[in-house]
Amino acid sequence: MGSSLRIVNGRVFDPANGVNGAVRDVCIQDGRIVADVPADAKKIDARGQVVMPGGVDIHCHIAGPKVNLARKVQPEDHRLDVHPRTRFTRSGTGGTVPSTFATGYRYATLGYTSAMEAAVTPLGARHTLEELHDTPVIDKGFFVLMGNNVLLYRLLQEGRREEFRQALAWWISVTKAYAPKLVNPGADEMWKGHRNANITALDQKIDSFDLTPRRVIAAFIEAANDLGLPHPVHIHCNNLGHSGNFETTLETMRVAEGRRAHITHIQFHSYGSVAGKSRDNPTSRARDISEFVNTHPNISADVGAVMFGRSTSMTADAPLAYMLRQFSHGKWVNADTEHESGCGIIPFTYQDRNYTNALQWAIGLELFLLSQDPWRMVFSTDHPNGGSFMSYPRLIRLLMDREFRKEQMAKVNQRALEHSGLRDCQQREYSLYEIAIITRAGPARLLGLAQKGHLGPGADADVTIYDEDDDKERMFSTPRYVIKDGELIIEDHEFRADHEGRIIHVAPDYDPDIERVIEPFFEEFYTIRFANYPVADRYIRHGQVVPTAGQSAPAGR
Amino acid sequence: MSLDLTLHTAPAVPLEAEVLSPARLGGLSAVEAAKLKVVHGNQSAELGEFFKVVGAANGELHLTGDLSRLKQIGAAMSAGRIVVHGPAGMHLGAGMTGGEIVVEGDAGDWVGPEMAGGRIVIKGNAGHMIGAACRGSAVGIRGGEILVFGNAGNEIGAGMRRGLIAIGGDCGDFAGVNMLAGSVIVLGRLGWRAGAGMKRGTIVSMHPAELLPTFGYACTYRPVFIRLYLPYLCRLGLPVTDAQIAGPYQRWCGDAVELNRGEVLFLDTGEPAARN
Repeated sequence: MGSSLRIVNGRVFDPANGVNGAVRDVCIQDGRIVADVPADAKKIDARGQVVMPGGVDIHCHIAGPKVNLARKVQPEDHRLDVHPRTRFTRSGTGGTVPSTFATGYRYATLGYTSAMEAAVTPLGARHTLEELHDTPVIDKGFFVLMGNNVLLYRLLQEGRREEFRQALAWWISVTKAYAPKLVNPGADEMWKGHRNANITALDQKIDSFDLTPRRVIAAFIEAANDLGLPHPVHIHCNNLGHSGNFETTLETMRVAEGRRAHITHIQFHSYGSVAGKSRDNPTSRARDISEFVNTHPNISADVGAVMFGRSTSMTADAPLAYMLRQFSHGKWVNADTEHESGCGIIPFTYQDRNYTNALQWAIGLELFLLSQDPWRMVFSTDHPNGGSFMSYPRLIRLLMDREFRKEQMAKVNQRALEHSGLRDCQQREYSLYEIAIITRAGPARLLGLAQKGHLGPGADADVTIYDEDDDKERMFSTPRYVIKDGELIIEDHEFRADHEGRIIHVAPDYDPDIERVIEPFFEEFYTIRFANYPVADRYIRHGQVVPTAGQSAPAGR
Repeated sequence: MSLDLTLHTAPAVPLEAEVLSPARLGGLSAVEAAKLKVVHGNQSAELGEFFKVVGAANGELHLTGDLSRLKQIGAAMSAGRIVVHGPAGMHLGAGMTGGEIVVEGDAGDWVGPEMAGGRIVIKGNAGHMIGAACRGSAVGIRGGEILVFGNAGNEIGAGMRRGLIAIGGDCGDFAGVNMLAGSVIVLGRLGWRAGAGMKRGTIVSMHPAELLPTFGYACTYRPVFIRLYLPYLCRLGLPVTDAQIAGPYQRWCGDAVELNRGEVLFLDTGEPAARN
């Protein structure tokens, strides 16, 4: 840093500032975008190239205990995809769950400069931060799993709403998380208590508690909004993957009652049902889901598209992992983390000839093509669940190129297409401007990252420059330049430097007295001492605290 | 004329050399072959940094020198022939589907993991995990033959589904562990716990051994297939005797935890009976 840079002659796509392909200069000074730099600044001639902010992945699984389990369970992934060392970068392994180094570098080779790990147990926070520290180039943070927390359930059941809110703030703060995450709220109690039990409706009683998922979800949405978190609450709805689950998803979105809520990998929650041979088969209800999101500005979602090929199902939703295991019959992992969450991991392959897989693929595309507000229906494959992040360029091409999409549609299970609405919306093509929204500006805005996803003065100098190409898959898989914090990381498609990205987290204020409520529970039920639980500051060497609505000055280190 | 590669610089750390296969080198001149990429430790290197390359590829490769640090020689090959004049490293012929590899010296661990066809002949000793399933997968060798003239290590034929593994000398523990089918023939002695978890398949040894309690004695007989297999091994050069071909053999069924459909055969030599 300390250097200045001027990118000239490129077509700039900066939707947050309304710039749609205009040829203009982008100036960088000391790791930030600025209005102008001295004439002797280094120049990059981006003629015939497209300049965008660095990509922001709102939901992926890239670090922490469960990701490590997924690495361990798939040694073939490492063997078959070696990521060699270069002069500037370290070696690693790839596959659907790359090693930490390879994860950072591979995101960078797609032009992504920020990513959010989407599901970490509080007990796993320390491990996650250590892995994120080892994930180079990109800025990153994580969402902490709160939706099946036993103590929070107790407080909620007893009507201690203020203490619930304080405890939530405490947990987010001491784990150095970025946002609270709910995964199949209520289901862990059922799963622990009965054989193959799960939550099937929002008004079902949660085992051992006088609570329903509806009450839990409402309480979290309310508390997270009251705390003024930049990304209030990240919800993985109940009934993921089950035929007919779209009604649960609609109900969940209604629970928000106008407050901000983000529904994640909504593709997996947009299924209708039709009678099949042995059980109900899924159909697409993308239209209903999309209509609701389009008309409710408080709701946002990421798609969680499915791409054909190898993937790894990796989830805090243990009953779901059990269900998938019944299809795959292969190796799997299932685990519980004390009073905090469950977990399941299964290597999985999505096949284009398979009815359900083809339908999931089609619903993902449908949700994109029906979306009227790209700022609120953003890009994800729930890496590595719906497919690896390495398939993003292909997904972008599917959205931007309807002829290519038609070709691909001809190859998949046709019965599935009949049960989706994809054929009715196949005229739409995403523009580069819209792609810049769903992969950059949109996720950054939803996350409340004011310095990401745009190229206005003051933004972090995370910039990607692509060669213009009719083949959008090729274009988005090989950026010519990637600039991170003003430093030229990739030049002429090759790494020129390594870089340590920041850990982004929040530190909502809480009443210290809440520890008097939490500590007795800890000492009674947890395997570690209370004093050892909060994550020490030294776990964040290079971090940035994003202020909540009530906190003003950004604290950076 | 074959392509001859002679090691002039021994690699300091293992060299991943899956390019050393007839298909990858096919049609290349010596100069082109020397430019092929290999991975040295975690760094990229060229074949010529380690080998002097002479001749032109015609489907036969001759490798000379101490290749015990070369991994993946002949990996995934489907045709042709490789002769290694010296010791060979790990993962020799991994996943090969055809052709032949002959090693005049010893071989490292993991000879022919998950191979599906072809033949590997080791004139010296070989390490552990011959014809085994790679870590993380359930199925080992799916076809083809692996012959070792000397001794072998542990877990040979782990998870094997089809094919033949023949050992001229002794082998280590867990021979045929979790095997699904196929044949393991050991002319010397078996180690402990042979056939643990085997579903089907045959393990043959010329000496009694201690089996797991989940194996039970069935009968003593003269199996017909032995009179086909052993002369075949004899023709390939293994030291098979007439007495071994004639039998009789004790048959032990197991593993009972997998419904007793596999078998372990011991040549009935008059030595104290096999026991468990």
